[in-house]
Amino acid sequence: MHTVNLSDVAVADRELAQTIAQRANVNLRDCYQCGKCAAGCPMADDMDLSPQQIMRALQMGLTEKALSATGPWLCAQCMVCSTRCPQNIDITKIMREVRRESHARGHRCIPESNAFETQFLKGVKADGRNNEQYLAAFYNLRSGHLAQDMLSAPKMLAKGMVGIGKHSVKDRDAVRKIYEKCLEKDGEQK
Amino acid sequence: MSRIGVFVCHCGTNIAATVDCEAVRDYAATLPNVVHAEDNKYTCSDPGQAKIKEAIEKYDLDRIVVAACSPAMHELTWRNLLSQTKINPYMLEVANLREQCSWVHTDYDEATAKAKELVRMAVAKVDRNVPLFTQQIPVNKRALVVGGGIAGMQAALDIADAGYQVTIVEREATIGGKMPKLDKTFPTMDCSACICTPKMSETGNHPNITVKTLSEVEKVDGYVGNFQVTIREHAKYVDYDKCTGCGLCSTKCPNKRIPNEWNELMDTRPAIYKPFEQAVPSKPVIDPEHCTMLTRGKCGLCAKVCPTGAINYEDVDKVTTETYGAVVLATGYDLIKWQDIYPEYGGGAYPDVIDGLHFERLVNASGPTEGHILRPSDGKEPKSVVIIKCVGSRDPNKGRAYCSRACCMYGAKHAHQYLDKVKDGRCYVFYMDVRTPGRRYDEFYMQAKNDGALYLRGRVSKIYKEGDHLVVLGNDTIMGENVQVDADMVVVETAMVPSAKSRETAMLFGVQCDEDGWITEAHPKLRPVETASRGIYLAGAAQGPKDIPDTVAQAGAAASKVIGMFSHDTLDSEPQISHVDVSKCSGCGQCVPICPYGALSLQQVTLRENSVKVTRQVCEVNSALCQGCGACTVACRPGALDLLGFTDEEIMREVDALCQW
Repeated sequence: MHTVNLSDVAVADRELAQTIAQRANVNLRDCYQCGKCAAGCPMADDMDLSPQQIMRALQMGLTEKALSATGPWLCAQCMVCSTRCPQNIDITKIMREVRRESHARGHRCIPESNAFETQFLKGVKADGRNNEQYLAAFYNLRSGHLAQDMLSAPKMLAKGMVGIGKHSVKDRDAVRKIYEKCLEKDGEQK
Repeated sequence: MSRIGVFVCHCGTNIAATVDCEAVRDYAATLPNVVHAEDNKYTCSDPGQAKIKEAIEKYDLDRIVVAACSPAMHELTWRNLLSQTKINPYMLEVANLREQCSWVHTDYDEATAKAKELVRMAVAKVDRNVPLFTQQIPVNKRALVVGGGIAGMQAALDIADAGYQVTIVEREATIGGKMPKLDKTFPTMDCSACICTPKMSETGNHPNITVKTLSEVEKVDGYVGNFQVTIREHAKYVDYDKCTGCGLCSTKCPNKRIPNEWNELMDTRPAIYKPFEQAVPSKPVIDPEHCTMLTRGKCGLCAKVCPTGAINYEDVDKVTTETYGAVVLATGYDLIKWQDIYPEYGGGAYPDVIDGLHFERLVNASGPTEGHILRPSDGKEPKSVVIIKCVGSRDPNKGRAYCSRACCMYGAKHAHQYLDKVKDGRCYVFYMDVRTPGRRYDEFYMQAKNDGALYLRGRVSKIYKEGDHLVVLGNDTIMGENVQVDADMVVVETAMVPSAKSRETAMLFGVQCDEDGWITEAHPKLRPVETASRGIYLAGAAQGPKDIPDTVAQAGAAASKVIGMFSHDTLDSEPQISHVDVSKCSGCGQCVPICPYGALSLQQVTLRENSVKVTRQVCEVNSALCQGCGACTVACRPGALDLLGFTDEEIMREVDALCQW
């Protein structure tokens, strides 16, 4: 087993953990590691580090461990952990902030997850809203899972649930402005 | 012919679920001399008791059997009930159908059969019972408190405030115990000495309290209300009547290199010394092991400088015997000697591995470093500190199996104090569980975490030295990772163990200790401050690890028991005690050393035997001392000793009923 020397944890790593927590408006020391978040997490079975372990890694200053974990990339942002946390910690936000930091550092812990997100945002930017059929198609191309969900397509087309035509919002420019403002904010924060 | 009534209790379904109570009742009615038998859902309830009273009148009963729970539960209830009737309270037998039958068996038929046998035995015995009567014991209304720590002081003050005389016997040169050594008290963080020293001074100055320091109990005779206690007051070599406490002697003493116990040997003191500034009594003693005048007859400087001529090198121990009505044992605790059992933590070889009391002195403004946290080896400020909890506690292999109760809290306190004083310091706390039951305790622990203490769940497996720091190896079981900390100082929060001579003290007073040496209470829930010996009470950590609030509360409880006892001029003696048939007693004296309470003695008596007057030695039972244990009756070869309420005849009748009826 690899031994972690806590005295060797870089100040930078500890500070980065604090920064991530601050962005999520969370005090890491509030967490007493009861594990209720992990126990309720619908995605935890597929994660390498559960929400509780992500919190623990940040508490210990093992920030790189958290940033390279798949957990935050698999997080569905369903808020179950935050809702149930006895210490009222917004763990969902922590998962999001860890993932954003991870993304910013070029990690692509779950490439599909990144592909989906990128495509989703692209759609919103272009049309002011999401168009599922195009999201699915481009996601499949990006992720390389070409056949994923394709068997459902003929039925859905026949029933008129999806079509070739794109939908858009009334004021696409307004949504784009919002989008850009968000990016701007994001840049400021970092 | 006796007239016996049998009352079978269902105890709700506690008994009735496993025993056919109606069948037991019908069976009891067929037993010899039973004139009435009935069953009841709850015999101990008021209606249940009323039915017994009714039956006694209606059927003219002269003795009863209650077939219910253990006599430890309700025997007293039935006795009190009988005392309101024409029947003597000791004309009673309790057949234990619950603890010894329904609760331990599952088979309905077999349990019912056993219940019948238990009732049959009780009926057989009660048939031979005779009325017993209590005697009056005078109460000497003076209390002795053994141990002058916070428990002993609190108990003494409460008793003294009620108007009774109290003597405190303290082994050390000052009262106060461990509390004035501590820096702050959790969770309020008020200064420990600041709240303890006023109590010390109040105790020392109380008109009803006599403080005997450097003293030990040497011998205990007597019984409740009348304990004769011999106390040895070791020579102090200072006449306290003359000494003004000016301190000139300590200043001038040339031998100042003696390790100072008060500061956990981290600095030194002179040979004539006062343990600390606010000591009570505020007068010095001479350490006879280190004073050169006493060891080699050279020096005598303190006698020369003393303005009142209080120094007396010829002083000797004073031994006094006084009578006390009640005793409070408040012998306190020590910290386990972890050095002997944890070689993996360096076994004491590393000066920077210190225990909790060391840390208290280090962080205390009146300590050797004036409150600056400086590590013992080189006096540098430690930049990273590891606190290890459960050292010696919860470790049945190396230390003790129990939890020491206070360490989680003072561990959190130490983390908080360290992080408060060393702003750029890092603090790691290894724990097994965090136990913080108490008002504002968990909040305090969360605060310590918030101060920046990193709590790691796991035991430290090894500490070794590398360069000028200590390498601490442990595991964070939450992450499942082995972790290492390079620490400048390690604080081991060690187990509380009974104070050095508490077992001997307990033996002197004839009270019991458990396997760890803690003095045992009479009942863990319902008689928590009494011992099994009447008139001897318990306060504080003598009974088990406790924090200060619990100790003070318990001391108050013990005091209230003493005061309650002192509110009577006499006490009722226990009538179920040993009885000597002098005509059978051969005066062999076998019984005398067997009695754990010293209740038996040999006396010369004049008897008329075979029409001849003879004067010979026979055994005599002190009815106040005898606790009715029965040990002597087994040792008596001529069969002269019998335990009233459990006579040989009564017991044999029970055996006969079981085997022959």
